[in-house]
Formats: sequence, C-alpha cells, structure tokens
Amino acid sequence: MTAIPSFFTQSSPPGLTGIKAWLLTHDHKRLGLMYLYAVLFWFVVAMVIGLLIRTELMSQGRTIMGPGMYNSLFTLHGVIMIFLFVIPAIPAIFGNFFLPIQLGTDDVFFPRLNLFSWYLFMFGGIFALVALFTGDGFPDTGWTFYVPFSVQSSSNVGLTVSAAFILGMSSMLTGLNFVTTFHRMRDKRMGLMQIPLFTWSLYATAWVQILATPVISITFVLVVMERLLSIGLFDPARGGDPILYQHLFWMYSHPAVYIMILPGMGVVSEIIPVFSRKSIFGYKAIVWSSMGIAIAGSLVWAHHMYTSGMSDVSVFVFSLLTFLVAIPSAVKVFSWVATMYKGSIEMTPPLLLSLIFIYLFSVGGLTGLVLGAVGTDIHVHDTHFVVAHFHFVMFGGTGFAFLAALHYWWPKMFGIMYPFRPAYIGAVLTAVGFLFHYVPMLILGLQGMPRRYYDYLPQYETGNFLAGFGGYLLCIGLVVMFVNLLASLRHRVAAPADPWGATTLEWRVPSPPPVHNFVDKPEIMDFPYDFRQVGDNSASQRS
Amino acid sequence: MTPVQGVDLAFWYILGISVVLLFGITAVMVYFVVRFRRSRHPVASDIRDNYKLEILWTIIPTLIALSMFYVGWHSYLGLRAVPDDAMNVAVEAQMFSWLFIYENDKESENELVVPVGRAVKLNVSSVDVLHSLFIAAFRIKVDAIKGIPTYAWFYADKVGEYDIQCTEYCGVNHSAMVAKLRIVPQEEFEAWLAEDGN
Ligand SMILES: [Cu+2]
Ligand SMILES: [Cu+2]
Repeated sequence: MTAIPSFFTQSSPPGLTGIKAWLLTHDHKRLGLMYLYAVLFWFVVAMVIGLLIRTELMSQGRTIMGPGMYNSLFTLHGVIMIFLFVIPAIPAIFGNFFLPIQLGTDDVFFPRLNLFSWYLFMFGGIFALVALFTGDGFPDTGWTFYVPFSVQSSSNVGLTVSAAFILGMSSMLTGLNFVTTFHRMRDKRMGLMQIPLFTWSLYATAWVQILATPVISITFVLVVMERLLSIGLFDPARGGDPILYQHLFWMYSHPAVYIMILPGMGVVSEIIPVFSRKSIFGYKAIVWSSMGIAIAGSLVWAHHMYTSGMSDVSVFVFSLLTFLVAIPSAVKVFSWVATMYKGSIEMTPPLLLSLIFIYLFSVGGLTGLVLGAVGTDIHVHDTHFVVAHFHFVMFGGTGFAFLAALHYWWPKMFGIMYPFRPAYIGAVLTAVGFLFHYVPMLILGLQGMPRRYYDYLPQYETGNFLAGFGGYLLCIGLVVMFVNLLASLRHRVAAPADPWGATTLEWRVPSPPPVHNFVDKPEIMDFPYDFRQVGDNSASQRS
Repeated sequence: MTPVQGVDLAFWYILGISVVLLFGITAVMVYFVVRFRRSRHPVASDIRDNYKLEILWTIIPTLIALSMFYVGWHSYLGLRAVPDDAMNVAVEAQMFSWLFIYENDKESENELVVPVGRAVKLNVSSVDVLHSLFIAAFRIKVDAIKGIPTYAWFYADKVGEYDIQCTEYCGVNHSAMVAKLRIVPQEEFEAWLAEDGN
C-alpha cells in the first residue's frame, strides 16, 4: 500500500505541478482542503469581530468603538459567519472530501463545476472585502437586510448582497454536484439503505441548497433593483408590501438553518457509532428524519415574523408547523444517545466534541420551543434570547460538529495523528467558555435586552460583562484546539488507514487517500454500521 | 388571569419541561459513557433498532410539542383581545424616538403616561423604517411599519415606571430609541393630560 502516491503528490488532471496542481485541480479532495483554508480564514476573521462586539458591550456606553462601527461589525460578523463559514463549512470541506469516497467512487459527478464553485466562493468573499473598503463602507443593516432600511441606507448594501448572491450560487452548485454524485456515481452494489448517514445528511441538505437558494438570490436582486430604480415593491405608499420582503427572506433563511445543521447531524451520526463500536440506533429513522427536516423545515419560515403585523391566522399556522418540525430533531438526539447503550465506548477528542454537540444542540432546540410558541416569542423576539438560541444551534451545534469532524477526519485528510490531551483541554475550555458566554445572554433576553444594541439600560450591565468573559475563554479554547492540529503538521506522526476502528469506506483507503481514492474495488457492506467484524486492533495501531 | 400572567405561565410550562428533558438526556448520556466505557464493557452488543421504542419517542414528544403550541397560542390570544373600554393612544415611531399622541391631540415624546387601572391600546405606526415597540414588563411587542397599522395593548395594573425599547433594528441610534412608560393615579394623569404638549 505504501507504494501508491497520495493525492498530495499526484495531480488530477495529471501532469500539473506546484500551485497549478491546486488552482486547476479537479480532485474533490484537494478542493475540500482549499475550502478548508478559505473557510478557516473567514472563521478567524468573524470570530475576532465577534469578540470586538462583545468587548464593546462589556460596559455601558462607549467602550472601544462608536455606534456606526458597531452596527457594521455585527452585520459583518453575521454575513461572514452565515455565508462564508456555517453554510459551506461541513458540506464544502468534508462533504467534498468524503462524500465520493463514502459512495465508493473516485470523484464528484461534475469535477470542473466543483472547481468553479470554489472560485465563486472566493469571488464572493473578495466582493465582501471590496464592499468593506469602498464606497460608504460596509452595510449597517444586519445580515437580514430588512427593507425599507436596506433600500434607504447609504452604505454598500448593493455590493454586499451581490457577494451573498455569488456565494449562494456556489452553495447551489455544490448541492447539485452532491445530488448527481449520490445518484449517478454511487457504487452499483450500494443500495439506498447501505449509504452512510453523513452522505445521507448531505443529500438532504443538497436538495434544500438547490431549491431554497434561488429564493434568496431573487430577493437580493429585488433589493438591488429597489436601490437603483425605486420600483416600490416593498413600499406601501406605492402599493408595495414591506412584509413581503420578510417572507421572501425567511423562505430561504429558515431552510438555510437546516442547510447549516443537517450536515453537522450527519457528522455526529458517524462519530457516535464508531467510538461506541456499535451500530447507529435507528438508521432508517435517522435517514427519514433528515429528509423530513428538509421538507417540513421549508414550511415554517414565518415563525420569525409573529410581531411583523402579519395576520393572526398565519401566526397560528406557522407556530403549529414549527412545533411539528421539532420532532425529527428530537428523534435524532434520542437515537444518538441510545446508540451508546451497551456499546463499548472509547473516549477520543471527536467523541467528546460530539457529546458536547448533543448537549449544546439540545439546549438550542429546547430554547427554540420558547420561540416557536407564540405568546412567549412575542416577549423574547429580537432580544438576546434569540441571539443565544441560534448560537447554541449554529455554534454549539454546527460549530462543534465542525470541530468534531476536523478531529475525526484529520488523520485521513493529512495522514497524521495529533496529540489528544491538548485537544481535550481545548474542547473543555471552549465548551465552558461557550456556556459562560451564552447563558447570560439567554437571561438578558428574558429580562428584555434587545439584540443589535450598541448600548443598553443599566440593569443589563452585569450580564453583558459576564458574557464578555465567557467569550474570551471560548476563543482561548478554540486557539488551543487549532494550534494543536497545526502543530501536528510539523511533528508528523503517521496515521494508519483506519485509526478509529470505523466501518465506512473512507477508512478502507490509505491515509491520505490516493488520487483515485480506491486502490482495489471496495467491498460494500450490507449495512454500513456493522461493527461485528471490527477487531480491537485500532488502539494498538494508533500507539 | 391577565395577559402577563398567561405569557409567564407559558414560559414556566415550556422552560420547565425543557429543563427536565435536558437534564434527562444529559444524565442518560453521561451514564452510558461511564457505564459502557471500553475498559469496563469491552464487547458491544449489536442492537440496531427497536420499533416500539422509536414509535414511543416519536409520539410522546409530539404530544408535548402540541401542548406547548396550545399554551403558547392561548397566551397570545390574551395579548390580542383588547377590552372594549381600553383607552387609545397612537404611537408613531421615527428614527430615533417615540411619539405618543392622545385622543385630545396631546403629543408626548419618549414618555407614555397612562392612568392606573385602565386598559391601554397602542395603535402603532412608523413614519420611516421599521421599528418595534417593546414593553418588557407587559410582555408586548409589535412592529411599527409605515403604511400598515398594528396594535398592542396592556392593562396598567400598578403605578410605576417601565422601560420602552425599540426592538427592530432601525439604524445608527437604534439602541438609543428608548422611552418611559409612567403609570400614575387617575388625578395625576388628568392633570398631565391637560398640560400643554411640547
Ligand atoms: Cu426559523
Ligand atoms: Cu427603532
């Protein structure tokens, strides 16, 4: 096996060398890594911005910046985190790298389109940067770009929504590639119920990406047209409707929540069985709940609009549907926990991060019930409660799933192991910091502190001060984890093909994989999580 | 039951059940990790599903969710049902202040004064971008929109001062768009109402 060169040394298409072998590659694995570098860059930028925002809020009045700056920064934090980190993080990095391998094939269905999506992603990011440094500066509208404010604002709204438009295109094309690869490239012997759950979750996500993204693209085009031509689509004085914008915006942006969380659920569905050395509990229920979330999640968008002035009938319907979409997520949580029952559990950094995911995601889901119920939502809508809630889901959920995926697949992607102890320390610091950061915000929200507030009433100072400390702890934890992984690139400890004792196909190929992934035709298991054959050799292989 | 009590009851109901569920999930998870750790439980059982259990944990959460929906909706009805004898005040939101206009055309900026013991209906609109009227003490919040009238109401049951905040982001001084609600005795209110507006 050692004779086969890895994808790091062999290019696809063949014959390319140096930087060209990366910038012109058709290899889904190289593209996955190229996304990894770009996405991490944006994550660090947005994290620093987040920290600046929370520092400003640590004391009443002006702390380190003025209100204009503050408003631009929370908009920038939202735009980057949503469009350049959370949405692409798991699908574009780990999906690109592992979906074809898990399906037993050598690349995605449209490799050139895959490269093109990466360029769109980079262009979208550059557009956002240009918006930052030209014209009247970055928008101060919030990432929601609500009209009429976004139409009147003199800031660079047009350029920024164009950036989001391009990034949406990139996300759609990635989704298109996944759906076609799933159907057309899958090993002929692999039936639907033999597909790993990570790939299933990406498949469900991909449909949402393809079907929902055009709605936001059109909406952003409408905003640009309003700004340039003042048509009056959203202006009641001219027969328009400002609430229409909110419907269009959330028609994408609520399903987008599932674009963000479903792949994370897929990651956890891979990791829990491997380290429990036991089949996932309720495989079919998890597959169906992924598809159920994708479909039902597209019908609940107006739960963001209970106070918007829409009719009480709509409020009733959207609240009811919102409660029903909570069920598939609950089923998944129960299945993960049940998987560990009578397992043989080995603690590792990816498992610890997955357990933290389950806890934080549960808090996110349960606080979501407060927001789904109408009477309670009226009180906490647009307060810090909402801010804390969606960070529990997007960061506690997707963010921790991303970290778990990074620690789980790192040996496969780079062919090296990393020390566990710093990873544990980093994970615990991040989780503790997370709770100190966001639990005070839940309470601030219940007390009535609105979101997007540069300054606040005196009764909210203690909570904001505490949250700031949690934020710093959280960032220190993240730095520890990232430095640990980066250091492993220098002091290389070679990883075996299957360091964890896993069953899915990516662990049947060398670490890192060769350019065509499979050396021999892989054996397809009847059930992807059959651990009866996995011996206890993994631990000895690793040490 | 006042609307505030209705909403608070919904909070207690939903948050109470949530805390129990969260505690249950976490406790079971931690117990499994400790009880079935590899050193103590080296060979895993091969359990793949259990339809009875799965149906059970689909149906029970559905029932809980529906009950939460009902409690939430019911408390919302209280926020919408304005008593017939409510006093009307028009609220105009603008960047970045609140204008309260009384039936005798008295205008008051950033100060809403009402008599104790009355139901107050706020008819809300905006002269520019979106704003949102939020009085945390009375659990009410409604967007202010140019061209589309909205409303909220509360029962002024206790004398005191309460905060009014804007909760729909509206520009550079959004967080400074705060006002005071003063609930005062009837005579004091009448005297205030008779004063010349600004
Ligand atoms: Cu939503
Ligand atoms: Cu306002």
